[in-house]
Amino acid sequence: MPAVATAPEPHGLAVIMQTLGDPTRRGLYEAIVARGETSVGELTRTAKVSQPAVSQHLKALRIAGLVAERRQGRNAFYSADPVGLEPLVDWLDHYAVFWRERFTALRALLQEIDPK
Amino acid sequence: MNQLAGKSEVRAIVVEDILPHSVESVWRVLTTPELLSRWLMNNTFAPTLGHRFTFQAQPMGDWNGIVNCEVLEIDPPRRLVYSWVGGSANNAVAGSVLDSVLSFTLTPVAGGTRLKMVHDGFRSPQNDAGYDAMSRGWGSIIQRIGALAREA
Repeated sequence: MPAVATAPEPHGLAVIMQTLGDPTRRGLYEAIVARGETSVGELTRTAKVSQPAVSQHLKALRIAGLVAERRQGRNAFYSADPVGLEPLVDWLDHYAVFWRERFTALRALLQEIDPK
Repeated sequence: MNQLAGKSEVRAIVVEDILPHSVESVWRVLTTPELLSRWLMNNTFAPTLGHRFTFQAQPMGDWNGIVNCEVLEIDPPRRLVYSWVGGSANNAVAGSVLDSVLSFTLTPVAGGTRLKMVHDGFRSPQNDAGYDAMSRGWGSIIQRIGALAREA
């Protein structure tokens, strides 16, 4: 089995899930989603962790593609990046196809056991 | 017959179909384990409120393919609701973690039965009513991921 086959996609669902698996980081992401564009200072005030820790978490969120950074002078602002959630949309598509196929099987089974 | 409910809001997969069979026949394929296994998956279902059961899906990555379910609502032959929990946070897309609810609603119509299936629990934080949906839906999924991450 080639090692590459099991490596997570760079911005796949697994990375998103792992990134959001940290409660502090998840809280920061939720705060950004709820508030819209937010400064590091503002996030630090509510996060109950140090500013360097907040910056580390924001970096992880940015690498996962979940937030976008905008720099203005010596301030950095973060906003949620909808593109980062595309793997979640793929996930939905996967299940939509699954259920469409299952319904086709259900229809065929009904025809077999209850022919009209 | 297949759509994603909502756009950037709380999402559920909705499949709706009119089947040329009686509600009793459709109910039977939804609630008889042998028949359920023929169109969906092998299972240990029983049509009893509170019954805990499993589906055996294809194992993927570090997920053994077991979907854990519990009958949450049963009103023969009109409505069946069960939880649907399985997957692993380490899997991308297929076989990834899912904490969701499946509901089937049967309505008699001219010439047969309208069957509506809603698979709810696919939540996106990118929605207008963000906070509410996040705390109840998406929130519960990511809390679960948090729990899995701690176990790992």
